Amino acid sequence: MRNDSPYTPLLNNGSHNNNRNKEIHLIVFGFLLLASLITFSGYIASNNNVVSVVPHADVSFSDEVTKTNTVVSRGVSAGVSEKSNMFLSAAGGNKVVGESESFPWNNTMLSWQRTAFHFQPEKNWMNDPNGPMYYKGWYHFFYQYNPNGAVWGDIVWGHAVSRDMIHWLHLPLAMVADQWYDSNGVWTGSATLLPDGQVIMLYTGSTNESVQVQNLAYPADLNDPLLVDWIKYPSNPVLVPPPGILPKDFRDPTTAWLTSEGKWRITIGSKLNKTGIALVYDTVDFKTYERKENLLNAVPGTGMWECVDFFPVSKKSENGLDTSFKGDDVKHVMKVSLDDDRHDYYALGTYDEKKVQFIADDLKNDVGIGLRYDYGIFYASKTFYDQKKDRRVLWGWIGESDSEYADVAKGWASVQSIPRIVKLDKKTGSNLLQWPVAEVESLRLKSDEFKNLKVKPGAVVSLDIETATQLDIIAEFEIDKEALEKTAESNVEYECSTSGGASKRGALGPFGLYVLADGDLSEYTPVYFYVVKGSNGKLKTSICSDQSRSSLANDVHKQIYGSVVPVLEGEKLSLRILVDHSIVESFAQGGRTCITSRVYPTRAIYGAAKLFIFNNAIETNVTASLKVWQMNSAFIRPYHPDQKR
Amino acid sequence: MTMLKPISFLILIVCTNFVVIECRTIQPNDENLIQQICKKTPNYALCIQYLHSDPKAPSADVRGLALIMVNVMKNKANIAINKIHQLIGKSPPDQKEALDNCADNYNAIVVADIPEATEALLKGNPKFAEDGANDAVVEARGCENGFKGKSPLTAENNAMRDASAITAAIVRNLL
Repeated sequence: MRNDSPYTPLLNNGSHNNNRNKEIHLIVFGFLLLASLITFSGYIASNNNVVSVVPHADVSFSDEVTKTNTVVSRGVSAGVSEKSNMFLSAAGGNKVVGESESFPWNNTMLSWQRTAFHFQPEKNWMNDPNGPMYYKGWYHFFYQYNPNGAVWGDIVWGHAVSRDMIHWLHLPLAMVADQWYDSNGVWTGSATLLPDGQVIMLYTGSTNESVQVQNLAYPADLNDPLLVDWIKYPSNPVLVPPPGILPKDFRDPTTAWLTSEGKWRITIGSKLNKTGIALVYDTVDFKTYERKENLLNAVPGTGMWECVDFFPVSKKSENGLDTSFKGDDVKHVMKVSLDDDRHDYYALGTYDEKKVQFIADDLKNDVGIGLRYDYGIFYASKTFYDQKKDRRVLWGWIGESDSEYADVAKGWASVQSIPRIVKLDKKTGSNLLQWPVAEVESLRLKSDEFKNLKVKPGAVVSLDIETATQLDIIAEFEIDKEALEKTAESNVEYECSTSGGASKRGALGPFGLYVLADGDLSEYTPVYFYVVKGSNGKLKTSICSDQSRSSLANDVHKQIYGSVVPVLEGEKLSLRILVDHSIVESFAQGGRTCITSRVYPTRAIYGAAKLFIFNNAIETNVTASLKVWQMNSAFIRPYHPDQKR
Repeated sequence: MTMLKPISFLILIVCTNFVVIECRTIQPNDENLIQQICKKTPNYALCIQYLHSDPKAPSADVRGLALIMVNVMKNKANIAINKIHQLIGKSPPDQKEALDNCADNYNAIVVADIPEATEALLKGNPKFAEDGANDAVVEARGCENGFKGKSPLTAENNAMRDASAITAAIVRNLL
C-alpha cells in the first residue's frame, strides 16, 4: 500500500473513527426520523374531528326513512325521485291495518302490466332510445338493451322497424359489445342521414378500460331497407375525451347538422365540476373532428348532461324542420337529460353559428333549470326529423317505478313513450307542444261519448265504457263562471308533488278522471286539474297525476307528478290520456304540459278496471265532455322474413 | 469538514419532516375523504366501520368507496339469505309465505341490484348504481313488512337496509 500522505496512519485511525462516526450519525439520524414520524402522526391525530353518532342499528323503519330523506334526498319538490323515498306516503313503511301483505304480486298481476301498444322488447331491460330515423319506407328504432336480464347492464343495441311508428317488428341486435372500444357498453348514439344517401351512426362506447369514446358505424348494405347489419368503422374511436374532460363524462353524440361552411357539426354533453356543458365538434367525413373552442351552452349546478339534443323549430309552420334547416322564422331548442335528477329539460333560444353558441330566450329557465318535456317518468329522450311526414318526432324512455323483485319476476323492465310530434306553441311562444303521433289513432276501436256531464262537488261518477285498461281519452272541463267570480283570491302556490293529491279538496279543484280504478276505489289513479285564483284575480292551473292511491302494493312509487300548465283566455281545460296497462300518458292543453306515469294496480286490472270522473272541488260544479276509445293492441312481435313487407 | 456530515443529515431530516407533514395534501386520499363522505350518509358510524373494514379504503377515491360498500351490501345479502334458508325448513306455517317472499326479495338484490351497481360504478354510469342501492332498501323493507307477527329477520333486514342506504348516499356524490 502506497503511503502518499503523511496522514496515512492518522487516516487509518481517522477512517476507523469515521466509521464509528458514521454509525453514530446513522443512529442519530434514525432517532430523529423516528421522532419526526411520531410528531407527524400526532399532528394528523390532532386533526381528526371525530363526530360520534350513536349507531341506530335498532331504529324502526319509519325513523330510518325520515333520516334517509333528510340526508340523501333533495326533496320531492326538487323533483328528485328516489326509490327509497317513495314510501313516505305509504305510512312511512310501517304496516298499515287493512293494507294487504307486502307482496301480493302473482303472475296474473305481473303479466297484466305488459303494455299493448307501447314499444318494448319481448323481455329484459331497455333504456335510452337510439338513432331513430326514417329510411326507405321504414321507421327505425334502436335502443339500449340488456340481453341478459331485467336490470341495466351488458348494454347492446336492440333494433326494430315499423311502417307507422306503432306496429313494430323486432329485428336482430344491431350492435353488440365486440370491440375493445365498446366492450364495456355499446351506449347511446344518434343517426345522421346525409344528402347523398349515406347513413351515419355515431355512438358512445365504453372501452375495455371504461373510458367513454365516440364511435362511427354505418349500415353494411344501404340497399337493405331493414338495415339489419351494421359495420363499425375500423379505425374507431373517432373521438376520445378531450383535455380537461374526465374519461367518464363524455357521452351521447347528437345528430349532426350542416354549418354554412358545409361542415357537419355535433354536440356532446359533459360536465366541469358541477356545471353541465355541451362540447361542439365539426367534421367533414365523420372520421376526423375539429373541436370548437366555445361550448354550445353551460349551466352551473346542473351536473352531467346526458343525451343532449339540439334542433330547430318553425315559428310559422306547423311542420317539423330538418336538423340542418336554416331560415329566419326559426327558433332553436336545446334539450338535456340531467344525470342528477333523471329529468329531461329543454329551453327555447337562438343559435349563433359563428359564435357556436346557444342562448336561451329566458336565462332564468335555461336548460336544466326550466321547463321539462314531461313531469313524470320520461328520460334520455331524443328527437329526429321524419322526412316522410315533415315532422319532428320525440322518443322518451319510460322506466319502471316498481321494485327490482317485480322486474325480475316479470322478466322485463321499461317501455318507450308513444312517439310525440314536437312543435313550437305559437300561442304562447315560450314552450313546446307535444302530441302523440296521429298513427296511434289507427288503434282506436269502439268509442263512448259523454256530453256536458255536470259533476257536483264531491261527486265520483263511474263511466260505462266496457274495459278500461287500453284507452284513448279526450276530455274537456269547465268550471262554473259564477263560482270563479265568487271564489276568494289566494296566494297559495299549488305544487302537485306536495299537495297531498286528489283527495285534498280546494275551492276550485281537484277535478278530473280516475283511471285504472276498481269498483270499490281501493285502487285508483287520478289525473286532475287544480285551479287557484291568484291575488291579482288571475287563474293558475296545475295538472297532476296522482300515484298515491294507485296500488295496494307498498313497493311501488306513490308520488304525485305534475306542474302548472298555461291556460290562455277563452281556453277550456283540455286533457288527453292514453291508458295502456301499466303506463298512463297525460297531455294537458294540447300538449303544453305532459305527465307520464307507471301504475301497478293489484285489483284494478283486466275486467275489474274502471274509469271514473270526479270533482273534489268545494265551490264549483264541473261540466265535462269526453270521448273514450277502446284501443287495439299493436301486436308488436318479431319480424318474420316470409311476412308481407 | 467533519461538521458537514451531521449538518447534511440534519438538513435531510428537516426536509423529510417537511415532506412527510405536507404529505397529507399530496396523498390521493386519506382519512379525511372517508370522514367527509360518511358525514353525508344516514349513518356516519356504520359507514366509518364498514369502510375501515376494507384495507383498500384509505387509498380509494369516492368511486372506490362506493364499490367497497357494494361489497358490504353483498355480504349482508348473503347473511340474510343464509338465515332465510335456515328458517324456511323449520318455520311455523304462517311464516312460510313471508319467508318465500323474502327469498325472492334477496334474490333480486343478489342477481339484479348488486351486479347493476357494480357494473354502473365500474363503467361510469353511477345513476344505475344509485338505483340498485335504493332498490335494495326497498327489498329489505318488503321482506320485513311481509311478516304478520314478529319478523325473524329484523336484524338482517336492518343491516341490509343500512348498508344500502349508505351506498346510495355515497353514489350520490358521483352524480
